[in-house]
Amino acid sequence: MKKVCRLDGLGCASCAAKIENAVAKLEGVSSASVNFMTTKMVIEGDDARMDEIMEKATAIVKKVEPDVVVRKV
Amino acid sequence: MKLSENQKSLVKILIGAAAYAVAIFSRVESSFVSLGTFLAAYLIIGGNVVWRAVRNILRGKVFDENFLMTIATIGAFIVGDFAEAVAVMLFYQVGELFQDYAVDQSRKSIASLMNIRPDYANVQHGETLEKVDPDEVKIDETIVIKPGERIPLDAVVLSGSSSVDTSALTGESLPRDVDEGDMLLSGCINISGLITARVTKEYGESTVNKILDLVENASSKKSKSENFITKFAGYYTPVVVIIAALLAVIPPLVVPEELFRDWIYRGLIFLVISCPCALVISIPLSFFGGIGGASRRGILVKGSNYLEALAETEIVVFDKTGTLTKGIFRVQQVEPQGISADALLEIAAHAESFSNHPISLSLRKAFGKPIDAARIQNVEETSGHGVTAQVDDAKIAAGNAKLMRRLGIGFKEPDVAGTVVHVAQDGVYIGYIVIADEVKEDAARAICELKEAGIRQTVMLTGDAKRIGERVSAQLGLDRVYTELLPADKVSKVEELFAEKSARGKLAFVGDGINDAPVLARADIGIAMGGLGSDAAIEAADIVIMTDEPSKIATAIRVSKKTLRIVKQNITFALLVKGAVLLLGAMGIASMWAAIFADVGVAILAILNAIRMLNVKSIK
Repeated sequence: MKKVCRLDGLGCASCAAKIENAVAKLEGVSSASVNFMTTKMVIEGDDARMDEIMEKATAIVKKVEPDVVVRKV
Repeated sequence: MKLSENQKSLVKILIGAAAYAVAIFSRVESSFVSLGTFLAAYLIIGGNVVWRAVRNILRGKVFDENFLMTIATIGAFIVGDFAEAVAVMLFYQVGELFQDYAVDQSRKSIASLMNIRPDYANVQHGETLEKVDPDEVKIDETIVIKPGERIPLDAVVLSGSSSVDTSALTGESLPRDVDEGDMLLSGCINISGLITARVTKEYGESTVNKILDLVENASSKKSKSENFITKFAGYYTPVVVIIAALLAVIPPLVVPEELFRDWIYRGLIFLVISCPCALVISIPLSFFGGIGGASRRGILVKGSNYLEALAETEIVVFDKTGTLTKGIFRVQQVEPQGISADALLEIAAHAESFSNHPISLSLRKAFGKPIDAARIQNVEETSGHGVTAQVDDAKIAAGNAKLMRRLGIGFKEPDVAGTVVHVAQDGVYIGYIVIADEVKEDAARAICELKEAGIRQTVMLTGDAKRIGERVSAQLGLDRVYTELLPADKVSKVEELFAEKSARGKLAFVGDGINDAPVLARADIGIAMGGLGSDAAIEAADIVIMTDEPSKIATAIRVSKKTLRIVKQNITFALLVKGAVLLLGAMGIASMWAAIFADVGVAILAILNAIRMLNVKSIK
């Protein structure tokens, strides 16, 4: 399953890369990408664990960039 | 009045800068009052940086730029360089502000590049029209598109006629006329008339959404340069910070005359330059700009890696039919003997009128008038030869050379590129008609432009006869041609050609995406033509040319080369300046000011350079 969300206030490209790497390493995630220019995060992973994955991904975003808001689209 | 984030920072910087000026003019050496005014200016300008640094450390995140800037500036305060401490923070903040602004601007221009998303659809329910989100419209519902509106979903025209502007999808400025029964592609703009249409695809499957998806996600397939920068950034900051620490501590401990003050200053210079921001932002920005700009010109690139590979292309292999030629057979030449050209065409069209072979279809099309079936009798078709029939009481034979020989009719085999239909009337040869696939208008220019763009070899593969293939190849100026190939032969030919390129060079295959998927997949870069409305082509290829123009391939290569040029400029420039200032700083020659330039200045210049890529209109 594919989940797409926006990272509002994403201001630093290396943070985008850090978020991307950390989310991609989460269990159950098959691929993750953060597009700095469109501020879009796309996560692909297990259907059953998607809620848990999104929760963990949001926590990662908060840790790397406390000012960024994760917005569902 | 509500201020944006950037405006708020600007106000803060201005107030801070004023306080800084006061601090400098009222400066008294080694006075606590002076230190106080500098500190005040420092906190106004950089208070939030210090705060973020503290907060991040509490969260267990150390090596971020806030932390590095805080350490560098506090260090400068401790060694007594108040003015420089505040200046570093001031310029760092100015640079950040500028970076945010530049990123905002480029995000906006990218958003406008991608601004082809339809906002609503007018769905017809009986007599009333309802405005709904395109996402909610189902297949077979009826929608109405008014002049000036964007076509929200792929649909087929039920009534009305108009012309539509496809430029957002194809880069083609000439409007296309649509009439009852024609396909409408979402994302185009209806220019003139009111159209009622039946939806054929849901929004998710519609052309506009597919294109947007492709372009937005293209950057998830990263180029080698992007991967290099990500890796490099991972090592760069820790290494520079560790050297800074060693530089500040070891020399004064080892060499008795050296002062801690001098060496700490040198270490602080390292800290200021330790962020690789210039590269981390500007390189993905260049690629995104290149991909976005290419899509505006009707070229969809499915990933930064393909855009990068395109610049290294050495060999371009073309399929013939549908790629360099139109794939439509037409009468090219009518050569009568003893009668008029019109009469010859009329006779041939009538004789062949019972056949559905593409040859007879093109004869009828060239004749242009209705066929009178009553004039034709005793039609006899011999496959592989041609037709004999009675037309207006004359015995007509129309077919290839074999037919003429079998009937014992004297004729000469002309040397032409195409299929020849010989015609005889009552056993007397009356001429021949040449039918051939037409070469696309821009095909010769496409080959020429590819050569100019630095492609070493252009090759054509075709299943057609040797004579025809070689004619077309010579006409277009291709370097080589392989003819009479079966579909499977094409893959092996491409494999042979792989051996001819250099190790770094790439081979691109251009096809129509219909029956050459294996070759598209085998080549380094698969390019499909005429992608507009063809899902198969969009699926199979790495790069999709939305229109039927092969000359767009050269455009794509130029966009790719420009992108790579900017990326290389930025990498070289940023690394050279940073390296030089690090070296000079370690030797005690560079000042804090040089370090500020190497950090903020380089980042700004690199972003400005990358933004040039958003303006791809300048590439022909």
